Amino acid sequence: MLGGLYALFAAGLSLIFGVMRLVNIAHGDLIVLAAYLGLSVVMTTGLDPLTAIAVVVPMMALIGYGLQRGILNQTIGDDLLPPLLVTFGLSVIIQNGLLEAYSADPQKLNAGPIETASYALGPISIGALPLLTFATAVVIIAGLQFIFYRTALGRAFRAVSDNQDIAQLMGLNKAHIFGLAMALALAVTAIAGMLLGMRTSFDPAVGGSRLIFGFEAVIIGGLGNLWGTLAGGVILGVAQNIGAQINPGYQLLAGHLAFLIILAIRPSGLFPRMSG
Amino acid sequence: MSNPPLTVTRSTPSNRAFLVLGLIILTVLIAAPWWAGRADLRLLGEFFLYLSLATLWNLMAGYAGLISVGQQAYVGLGGYLLFALTLLMGIHPLVALCIVGFVGMAVAVPVATLIFRLRGAYFAIGTWVIAEVFRLISAQIAPLGGGSGTSLPASIVRSIASGRSEREMTMYFLALGIAVAVLGVVYFFLRSRRGLALTAIRDNELAASSLGIDIWRTKFVVYVITAALTTIVGAIIFLQKIRISPDAAFSVNDWTAFVIFMVVIGGIGTIEGPIIGTILFFILREYLADLGSIYLMILGAVAILVMLKAPSGLWGFLKSKFDIQVFPLSHRVKENLSKEKSNGA
Repeated sequence: MLGGLYALFAAGLSLIFGVMRLVNIAHGDLIVLAAYLGLSVVMTTGLDPLTAIAVVVPMMALIGYGLQRGILNQTIGDDLLPPLLVTFGLSVIIQNGLLEAYSADPQKLNAGPIETASYALGPISIGALPLLTFATAVVIIAGLQFIFYRTALGRAFRAVSDNQDIAQLMGLNKAHIFGLAMALALAVTAIAGMLLGMRTSFDPAVGGSRLIFGFEAVIIGGLGNLWGTLAGGVILGVAQNIGAQINPGYQLLAGHLAFLIILAIRPSGLFPRMSG
Repeated sequence: MSNPPLTVTRSTPSNRAFLVLGLIILTVLIAAPWWAGRADLRLLGEFFLYLSLATLWNLMAGYAGLISVGQQAYVGLGGYLLFALTLLMGIHPLVALCIVGFVGMAVAVPVATLIFRLRGAYFAIGTWVIAEVFRLISAQIAPLGGGSGTSLPASIVRSIASGRSEREMTMYFLALGIAVAVLGVVYFFLRSRRGLALTAIRDNELAASSLGIDIWRTKFVVYVITAALTTIVGAIIFLQKIRISPDAAFSVNDWTAFVIFMVVIGGIGTIEGPIIGTILFFILREYLADLGSIYLMILGAVAILVMLKAPSGLWGFLKSKFDIQVFPLSHRVKENLSKEKSNGA
């Protein structure tokens, strides 16, 4: 069930890479930023975290559009170095900005009784929140899949992804399309961040490892395949759980090892759809 | 039509001047233990270690196009290897430093084979995964303190040199030595046949491969050499710190983020850039470090600005303005009769 959360981390990353060929090193920190925004919304308005998602999603989408048009569009091009280094700089800025604003104390979003509720399914019981997370992941990935392949916006995304200049000639404003793609990606990221905040405590420094989990899910599942990403997230989650059963210290290690093994035997992931 | 006689030369008046200046600076630095105070010596030592890391990262990113955000893997590996060799096996620290380099190289070979399967930007995050794996493994090594780390006992520290000032002098010379060695290796590597191939790859990968350059192999060699040297630098860093823990040894901020800022601000893809970047970084740190996390935010913003507005960094700006070079790498065609034509890079 943890896999659902990882798939949500990964979906945004996958979307950004898929449309803009941009690998966003700041992605993990944006997830944490969303969780902190959620925290502020909950604190000031007294909404419960699940409702607060409805406020955080448009906020993050706006940030995404602004970020893309303001900074990231200038880095798009053949050279890999500028986008990597700029998002790396952003990552440092966000992380330390959060540190300055919220201090290093771990925080948590309190979602109330749903956190501990669970449903018995025969011999096993499933927590309500993990179930909700997983269901959200499935719905979001189905939704993204629908947007990509059934709508005009999705067609525009795929067009700029295939060839930016020709898409531009065909009358698409690529700067705007990229902005929209980033907005959509960060909307997904907002949901991921809020669910993360309800599940575990977080502090400004945890972004890096969230980025790594999302990235691993993308690679395991295969580039450009959203359902593969979900499968990758699940594999990663299962590997971590098995590791944790052997020894709590091995939890994260087991996930990384699963990733490295898959990289060694299937370099393009389990269900690749496009070449890197 | 007869061509005027042409000669191809690498050296220019500016780099001959810098050679003299460089030798003078080196002499002054070698004499530092006799004129600098204890704190200055320590600061200089740290400067040389960061200079080495920046130069190595620049070799990978600026020339081979291998952007790594996981160099802390080798810094930490070096630290932990040093502690393991001295603490658990009783090897003299200075001997251990030599062994560490070879182990680093041996570790880098399988790692490179694996993560070279990731292209471009995904390679960058792949290197980070490797560093995380190393960090988690090191936290499981009980004899070296597990997650909370360990310190070198006084007996080992004393085995470097008995007196405190001799010890500090040894550490200083180690740091200066590795910085000079790293600069030397990078300089001569770039002037070699393989270095020429590397420069070709930097300028145009497709064209380079169609001229018969084995891109994978060239990058592989760069990665492994960088890893070996980074491991040694890491070992020296933690020999100086005397204390190690997984979080300090494999810190992304300390060993990769700072290093990237130095290279980007100074000028990526030149030997001179990291040197200027490291000097700037230390000056900034002296004045702004009290600001804590705001200082890091400023650093991040400066790096973004440089990347967007002046991607060749400070040195690139100076170079294009004044046509100077410190390290003669590029070939220039010179007409013997008349004025010089610059045909740089």
